[in-house]
Amino acid sequence: MPDDSSGSTAASPSGGAPLSKGGRRPSAPPAGDALLEIRDLQKHFPLTQGVVFKRTIGHVRAVDGVNLTLRRGETVGLVGESGCGKSTVSKLIVALEKPTAGSIVYKGRDVTGLSGKALKEYRREVQIIFQDPYASLNPRMTVGDIVAEGWSVHDDVAPKKGRLQRTQELLDRVGLNPDYVNRYPHQFSGGQRQRIGIARALALRPEIIVCDEPVSALDVSVQAQVVNLLEDLQEEFGLSYLFIAHDLSVVRHISDRVAVMYLGSIVEEGTDEQVYGSPSHPYTQALLSSVPLHEPHLRGQKDRILLQGDVPSPADPPSGCRFRTRCWKAQDICAQEPPALVDRGQGHPSSCHFAEAREVVPVDAE
Amino acid sequence: MTRPDLSEPAPAPDPTGTPVLEVDDLHVEFRTRGGVVNAVNGVSYSLAEGETLAILGESGSGKSVSAQAIMGILDSPPARITGGGIFFQGRDLLTMPEDEQRKVRGPGISMIFQDALSSLNPVYSVGFQIGEMFRAHRGTSRKEAKQHAIELMDRVRIPGARARVNDYPHQFSGGMRQRVMIAMAIALDPRVLIADEPTTALDVTVQAQVMDLLKDLQRDTGMGLILITHDLGVVNEVADNVAVMYAGRIVERGTVDDVFNNPAHPYTDGLMSSVPQVEHKGGRLLPIIGQPPNLAAIPPGCPFHPRCARRRLEADALPGRVCDTDVPPLRLVVPGREAACHYSEEVLGA
Repeated sequence: MPDDSSGSTAASPSGGAPLSKGGRRPSAPPAGDALLEIRDLQKHFPLTQGVVFKRTIGHVRAVDGVNLTLRRGETVGLVGESGCGKSTVSKLIVALEKPTAGSIVYKGRDVTGLSGKALKEYRREVQIIFQDPYASLNPRMTVGDIVAEGWSVHDDVAPKKGRLQRTQELLDRVGLNPDYVNRYPHQFSGGQRQRIGIARALALRPEIIVCDEPVSALDVSVQAQVVNLLEDLQEEFGLSYLFIAHDLSVVRHISDRVAVMYLGSIVEEGTDEQVYGSPSHPYTQALLSSVPLHEPHLRGQKDRILLQGDVPSPADPPSGCRFRTRCWKAQDICAQEPPALVDRGQGHPSSCHFAEAREVVPVDAE
Repeated sequence: MTRPDLSEPAPAPDPTGTPVLEVDDLHVEFRTRGGVVNAVNGVSYSLAEGETLAILGESGSGKSVSAQAIMGILDSPPARITGGGIFFQGRDLLTMPEDEQRKVRGPGISMIFQDALSSLNPVYSVGFQIGEMFRAHRGTSRKEAKQHAIELMDRVRIPGARARVNDYPHQFSGGMRQRVMIAMAIALDPRVLIADEPTTALDVTVQAQVMDLLKDLQRDTGMGLILITHDLGVVNEVADNVAVMYAGRIVERGTVDDVFNNPAHPYTDGLMSSVPQVEHKGGRLLPIIGQPPNLAAIPPGCPFHPRCARRRLEADALPGRVCDTDVPPLRLVVPGREAACHYSEEVLGA
């Protein structure tokens, strides 16, 4: 096990130039132009029966009409519980899956139908970091090879000559000892492996990094190191992040805007202040009210909304509003008409016929 | 469906109550080919009836191993309990003959685990597995055991218990499986329930349901609950007292309010400031540098010193309190609070 190399970077990033970010980004979205626009995205996986003569007996509607915009330099958080389709969205964005319908517009061009050279270029610009740093790194490749592998496909990104040096720079930038290029993934801890994954994504100079649960496999004290690293890299390289996670606290911390997903579609969207401070969709309210608070004096001060039952199967979602089977506000209209994701006077879009802002998380005076 | 908050201040544990479970200077090591791994290095705590004690720590801190030692389910070899005692109602489990121990496990102390799916047997129905507790410990007939299983499934709020008693674990959702585990654990009305990361694999809304259930069961039965977790929020919402573990030792112990409001150990302090909170966006996170130590090579002196921002080395340390050579004992810092740091008073005052 290598000695700790992350310490120095966690405290102050290497690379000389002090980061301009002293405290915090303003929570208002930066005035960037739309870099990536997802419109009515759908992904249905067929359910089949039989071995030789496969018949399709239905579809799992993993993603069913998602709209999302990612602007340059901003972080959009996508939260939801397991099975809501957030990871499928990330796979669709990085073109690991083909959507059933809808479009993904990147820099003004729909990328869902791309192939060949154009697809290759798109894939270079939109990179992904995976959740499990143990499963996502090839155990038979050295760290240097893992980081440099992308260049064998996109060989114009780094000239052949300086690749070793460039790899070492990248390792240094993510807080790993550059001398470790010839080590194997098993020689690193979870947090260090996640840094290797980040270096691999950075190697291709992407515009967007999709972070699919990047810190949920890490220990609490190591999570913060990786979150800080991601923030520093965003500042330095002007990256845009789509940050997918189930941990509502981490998402609030890192995101400029937050979208909440339930059963394949987005139910509420807004700035972190809007979604956390005045959630207006019943599901968001229930979700936030379930998060345990860390301050002893706030204990017991929030309304607990306990949801009944389980999430319905995405193979057979309820008619109308997806959430109506567990909602305490449900009425006849909810079964008939799917609510649109629009602002009904609460200040930010919410897909509930009866959207009404409500404070769920007590505001800490701090 | 909205319910008023059930988490009004839990009834304070009776401090005069005699402890139902006492762990005294427990040592556990694993003999591996790579050397001896010192997983638990002198852990002591006690649990009263009706008390909820949270054991907070990261992976590799020894929190699960110490619980497994209590249940007698350590894999030995390689694990060996090399010292200490575990007293249940005053009797030492470690010196008890095996058949006596079996009478404690289940009726006296029981345990639930993080991963309910792999803890349940996939080829038996859940009703059969819950009923097994009664058949094995009380010699109940199959028919009667199934009846008990249905009652228990009702008690842990599995909807349609009678219809689902013959279902298999894979037919249940994650939260429902965890309820099945809880039903098995409380079947024989134990005095102590050890919950090892019971909600870590669950979604946050389900976590809230399961935690509520555990609290209600505890209120009904008055059992002691040991909650092993790495989640500061869960500790704050559920526990009365907390013991923070690091590198196989308890580094701080006290009531949740005291410890969370003003930590006395730099590690606890570091954990608190490295975790974002849902209440506010917060400023930049202040991580603890480095990684948790390798238990086969625990640093000399205070095991936390390589990561500690307050460590004092030879030049500016007090005699006998040099962080990289002297191991700080767990000592009383202020009334009701113990910490294993040479400079706890400074940490408290900061």
